[in-house]
Amino acid sequence: MSAFVREMRGAYAFVERNVNLIKRYWGWEVVWLIYSLTNALAITYIGNGMGAISGQEIDTQYIVTYLLVGALIWQYLSVIFYAISEMIAWERWEGTIEYTFMAPVSRPTHLVGTTLFAIGYGIVRTLVILGIVVAFFRLNLGGANLIGAVLMLLAGSVSFVGLGILAAVLPLLYPERGAQMTNAVAAILLLISGVYYPIETLPAWLQRIAAASPATYVIKGMRACLLEGEETVTLLPTVGALIGIGVAIIAAGLIVFRYVEAYAKRSGRLKRSG
Amino acid sequence: MRTTALEVEGVRKVFVRKDRTGKRRLLRRSKKQEVAALRKIDLTVARGEVFGVLGPNGSGKSTLIRLVSTLLLPDSGSLRVFGHDVEHDPFAVKRMINRVSVDAAFFKKFSPIENLMYAARLYGLEATEARQRMRTIMKRLGLKEETFNSPMEHMSRGMQQKVAVARGFLTAPILLLLDEPTTGLDPHSKRDVQAFVREIRQTHDATVLLTTHDMDEADRLCDRIAIIDEGRIIALDTPAGLKTLVSAKNGDETTMEDVFLALTGRTFEEAEAKEEVPA
Repeated sequence: MSAFVREMRGAYAFVERNVNLIKRYWGWEVVWLIYSLTNALAITYIGNGMGAISGQEIDTQYIVTYLLVGALIWQYLSVIFYAISEMIAWERWEGTIEYTFMAPVSRPTHLVGTTLFAIGYGIVRTLVILGIVVAFFRLNLGGANLIGAVLMLLAGSVSFVGLGILAAVLPLLYPERGAQMTNAVAAILLLISGVYYPIETLPAWLQRIAAASPATYVIKGMRACLLEGEETVTLLPTVGALIGIGVAIIAAGLIVFRYVEAYAKRSGRLKRSG
Repeated sequence: MRTTALEVEGVRKVFVRKDRTGKRRLLRRSKKQEVAALRKIDLTVARGEVFGVLGPNGSGKSTLIRLVSTLLLPDSGSLRVFGHDVEHDPFAVKRMINRVSVDAAFFKKFSPIENLMYAARLYGLEATEARQRMRTIMKRLGLKEETFNSPMEHMSRGMQQKVAVARGFLTAPILLLLDEPTTGLDPHSKRDVQAFVREIRQTHDATVLLTTHDMDEADRLCDRIAIIDEGRIIALDTPAGLKTLVSAKNGDETTMEDVFLALTGRTFEEAEAKEEVPA
């Protein structure tokens, strides 16, 4: 058997395992879907009510679309982030971490399997939410550049895979509370990346941090495509930069993960399940 | 000349524990306590041998198994599996070993087939062949076919442990690490697992490293036994050889319990009353 076939089978193990987890915990999936959906609706209704809140005549259609784009993209990117950052947390919860770590599967293969699942799952989940949300709001995407938007989203996914790997080390380092710490990482990204407001509204010091978040560029680019219909050619430098940053973050994530895994093996942290 | 399956040379492992019992104060570091799990262990296991490591809870047995499994790194010394260094060539080692531990860790909502298929894919096995093999092994272990697709959480501890044994053997390891595989099992399940270990030894070219605190089990299954206490090997010989170290009491046959008492000055129960180390 070739090494490639063996590695692909290893990668598929994680895809199949995660699909089985969804099937077995379907009740939790429904709960989380309702939570994400109501969250997206609540945020978008803020845009719908802007006129009533301010007492002024406002183009709420634009604001609704602006917020909805942010909500849906954040929904997709956060699913990728959590699906990857939980690759260790699930094993901790179920107590299987030692069996997975003693299997002859490299960490990049582990990552490839988890990423394939995360992207597929993120797309399906976001489309379901989009399908329901459009029943509540009138969206005008007539002049939108959908191809550019997809390109931008895929480029942004690379960075979030890398951020997910970096966050996945937390449950390795902190068996009891590591999984919860990943929520803090996601919350900071949500605050600084201009998901629901332009980053110019942030204090100057937060704007400087926002410039380091890949999500800032993904969301800005997506809005340019969907709201302004910006052409794909003008987006290419941003897409290229996002892929470059993403590859760099993935490489950094793998190095950090390797170091932390060795530390966990030296200190005996693989054993305890949180 | 017999091939060497496992070589352990001068292995030490110390864990650092944080003392969380005292008052915690801001900006003050918590006390750290070092616990020596293994203190310079040396042993060699020949290919095809069933080698037992007998000792009370906390003696370092599981630490030794985790070191061979690549789940822990030694502080000093080296471990080699069929000549491959566990620390520097872990992938070669991982392909040759599998492990059954005392806690049958599974995705509890998955069925045995789903859990075993996950393991099979991680080891690069082809799905159809793996499915066939897992069914054969589970049937041989006495598991009923109707349980193969039911969630593991509905199975008894003994049944779960049998699935764990099936997972350990599914990948046909040439070094099988059994870490107290029968602890907590009912006598019937225990016999099934022990019979399977004997069968593996007879029908397959497998070497078995078995840790246990069941003295009779060690006596019945193992070719040689290392008695380990407080991280040190205090005796290593065949079961018969170990028994000759101790004179029989009141004309009764010497047991491993007598051997342990004679070597440590403590009964097994007294030794187990000590606190267990982290791994």
